[in-house]
This record gives sequence, structure tokens and C-alpha cells, in this order.
Amino acid sequence: MRHLLPALLLLLAALPATAAAPADGSRVPLPAIDAGPGEQCVEPVEFMRRNHMELILHQRDETVHRSIRTKRYSLRNCINCHAVDAGGQPVSLDDPEHFCVSCHRYAAVKPDCFQCHSGEPEPGVPGVVGAGAWSRGLAANASRGVKP
Amino acid sequence: MSEQPIDRYRRRLLGGAVAAGTLTLAPGLFLHRLAEAKPDADPVTSIIRWGLLVDTNRCASNCTACVDACRDEHGWTGHDRPRSDAQWIRKVELRDPATGREVSLPMMCQHCAKPPCVDVCPTGASFKRADGIVLVDKHICIGCRYCMLACPYKARSFIHEELSHQKPYSPRGKGTVEGCTLCVHRIDVGQEPACVEACTADGRGALLFGDLNDPKSAIYQALAEHPSTQVRADLNLDLGVRYRGL
Ligand code: HEC
Ligand code: HEC
Ligand code: HEC
Repeated sequence: MRHLLPALLLLLAALPATAAAPADGSRVPLPAIDAGPGEQCVEPVEFMRRNHMELILHQRDETVHRSIRTKRYSLRNCINCHAVDAGGQPVSLDDPEHFCVSCHRYAAVKPDCFQCHSGEPEPGVPGVVGAGAWSRGLAANASRGVKP
Repeated sequence: MSEQPIDRYRRRLLGGAVAAGTLTLAPGLFLHRLAEAKPDADPVTSIIRWGLLVDTNRCASNCTACVDACRDEHGWTGHDRPRSDAQWIRKVELRDPATGREVSLPMMCQHCAKPPCVDVCPTGASFKRADGIVLVDKHICIGCRYCMLACPYKARSFIHEELSHQKPYSPRGKGTVEGCTLCVHRIDVGQEPACVEACTADGRGALLFGDLNDPKSAIYQALAEHPSTQVRADLNLDLGVRYRGL
């Protein structure tokens, strides 16, 4: 018991450092993020954090059933912007630093979207240098004799 | 305290965003444009009905350009299990036993105006778009495969395996049914389906894509001029895919 109490106190003291306290009155502790100047998301960041899923899920039905292909809330558009690293290389879904995956891990949610959707930017998109893993994967298949 | 992962991915994101300004689009993204692309924000309408005319006289039995192009476009890699592998389009060889005449043709979703797959779907995942294209909304598909049984053309297949590295514009995943989409993602931006483009590029020109409702379209005029067949016309499904020379 004598050992346990200091340990507990230590743990409590360490807590605010790992999960940043709500800065702006929100009820959930958010990851510590500083907004870079200039570049912008499709909506204000604070709105995106809470509501990005609503936007994409709405867009999903609009695109599939009504063929509305506006870019703004398109999942492909999110990925084209968000799954690129500083060197212009695509970030794979297996990479724990993948924008969507890393936060979903942090928040312990697991949307099924990436079972079907590529989590990587399309080749030819501004900012993307190399071919993504999906095309590398196809190349690997081809070398094993599996028809693409 | 050590750097948090969240900070690191953040930096990559912002760094990536900065790099974005300095590079340009790869050229040649849109090779074959149709006369007019639908504005992105406009919904599809039933003014258009997309269709495909297959001229079997121009289709060679040893040619699989359309099938290969479809595979490439949508990334349906085989697993060497012909009975269960994904198959959006296949070549069929016919031989008339009486005359010995042989015909080769591609077979795929016929985009029926009265699609049986839509009738039997319990969730509404199998549906027909206003412009006549029959699709699976994989977001709603529960993988029951009634549609596969209902289809007279064996045009749909089921994904049995977990997949990765899908094409960004053609999401596919385990547990859902799929079939030819007439390349909606291309049509919607004014391109022709991949199979049509490949057949044309090969110099055969056996596939003609266009608007069945538009008297000015090449497909409308070709259908008006020459006899054509709907496969299993007796079923009265009013097909979007027509064949010539059958
Ligand atoms: C033009 C590039 C671009 C596109 C397209 C884009 N984003 Fe963003 N997004 C950003 C940038 C840059 C930030 C960070 C902005 C900041 O911190 O000021 C951001 C921030 C975010 C955040 C908040 C992350 C945090 O800091 O907590 C979420 C969530 C998000 N985006 C989701 C999406 C989704 C979902 C889509 C698709 C509908 C999308 N984004 C499309 C560039 C983009
Ligand atoms: C079983 C496979 C599958 C799953 C799982 C899936 N999708 Fe899709 N999704 C598709 C297909 C197929 C399309 C049609 C692509 C097209 O027509 O361009 C699509 C299209 C979309 C589109 C419109 C195209 C775009 O990139 O903007 C959005 C948005 C979308 N899905 C969102 C989602 C979200 C969000 C999830 C997870 C909650 C999800 N999808 C899960 C198969 C899937
Ligand atoms: C700031 C952290 C954060 C980032 C970054 C983030 N998400 Fe989310 N996302 C969440 C949280 C938290 C939830 C669960 C919300 C809930 O359940 O109410 C969620 C849920 C979702 C859902 C809904 C799943 C469902 O089935 O209802 C989708 C779709 C989604 N996110 C897509 C994305 C995509 C795509 C990206 C990358 C472009 C992304 N998210 C980036 C935090 C994030």
C-alpha cells in the first residue's frame, strides 16, 4: 500500500501529458494539434473533427445513386490531400501515421471504409510523386504471374 | 516528453500540403472525352440512357482486349479459382452446330431496363441509376447473392477474399457482389468505358458506346440502320447492351 499510493499519484500527474486536456471546452480530450497557417481543409478544422463522417457519408449516397461527383466532400479528395507525406510520397494504410488511421486508432473507432476504398492518393494528383502501394501491389502480382 | 504520433502525422500532412503547390498534374488523364461531360454537381437524369452495341463481326475470338482493360481499370485480380473468381466481363465463343459458323463476343451486365437483380435484392443495394446503368451499392450490399442467381447473364460475381491495394476509383471489398458498372466513374466525367476505349485503340472498333435515347448519337443511328439482337430477348428485359451479327 505504501508503494502503491505514490505510484498512483505519479500516474495521475502524468495523465494530462499523454492525453491533452480539453482546451476549448469540448468534452473529449483531443490530440494536441497546432494548425499550420495557409493550407486549409474543406471546412473549419473544429467542424471537421466532429462532423467529417457526416459529410462523407452524405456524399457517398449522392455519388453512388445520383452521380454527384463534386470534389469537396469526396472521400477520394480527402485521401488525395491527407494521405501524402512531406516528401510527396503516398502514406499507406499500414503506416500508423496515416492521417485517418492514426486518429481513428487514437479514438478507438474502426470504420470499414478502407476494406474497399484505397487509403492512398491517386497517381497524378498534385503533390504525389511515387506510385502508390496499390500499383506497386499490382506490379508485384504481375511478376508472380498473377494477371492484373 | 517524446513527440506524440499525432504531431508527427500532422507534420507530414502539412509538409505534404506545402509540396502540393510545386508539382503539376500528370498529362493525358482524359484521353477519350465524350461530346459533353455532366457537370459534377448535377444529378443523373433519365433523359440519357447509356447503352453499348457489340459488333460481333469485328470481335476476334483470340482477342481479350476488353476483358484485360476492364481488369486493369477495376483491379479484379484472379486467384486461379475460375468458378469463384471475380468476373465483370468475359469472352464467350458460340458455334452453330448446323452451319459451323463461329461467333465471339464479350458478355457482361446487360444493364436491363427491367433488371431481375433489382427485383430480388432485399436491401435495395442492387439498383438502376436514372441513366439506365444497373449497379450494386456496395455500402448497402449484405452479400446474400440473390442477384447473382436472378441474373440470366451470369454477369455478377462475389468477392470471397479480403483485398488490399484496390484502385482508388474502383473500391472493392470482401463480402459484396459486383459487376460491370459501365465504368460510371469514367462516364460521369465524360470518358468512355475502359473496354470500349481498349477495343477502339486495338483498331477493331467492335464496341460502340453512347446514348440510346439520343437520335443524333452514333449508337442510335447504328441501331436504326442495322438489325441487332438482345440476348434472351424472350425475357423482355429491355437490354442496354445490344449485339450485331448474332
Ligand atoms: C485541400 C486539402 C484538404 C482536403 C481536400 C481535405 N483536407 Fe482535411 N485538412 C487539411 C488540412 C491542411 C488540415 C489541417 C488544417 C489546420 O490544422 O488548420 C485538415 C484537417 C482535417 C481534420 C482535423 C484534424 C485535426 O487537426 O484534428 C480532419 C478530421 C480532416 N481534415 C478530415 C478531412 C476529410 C474527411 C476530408 C474529405 C471530406 C478532408 N479532410 C479534405 C487539408 C485537406
Ligand atoms: C464493400 C465496399 C465498400 C465499402 C466497405 C465502402 N465503400 Fe464507399 N464506395 C464503394 C464503391 C463501389 C463506390 C462507387 C465508386 C464510384 O462510383 O466512383 C463507393 C463510393 C463512395 C463514395 C463516393 C466516391 C468518393 O470517393 O467520394 C464515398 C464518399 C464513399 N464511398 C464513402 C464511403 C465511406 C465513408 C465508407 C465507410 C463508412 C465506405 N464508403 C465504405 C464501395 C465501398
Ligand atoms: C481528429 C481525429 C480524426 C481524424 C483525423 C479522422 N477521423 Fe474519422 N472519425 C473520428 C472519430 C472520433 C469518429 C467516430 C465518431 C462517432 O462515432 O461519433 C470517426 C468516424 C468516422 C467515420 C464514420 C464511421 C461510421 O461507420 O459511422 C468515417 C466514415 C470517418 N471517420 C472517416 C474518416 C476519414 C476518411 C478520415 C481521413 C480523411 C478521417 N475520418 C479522419 C476521428 C477522426
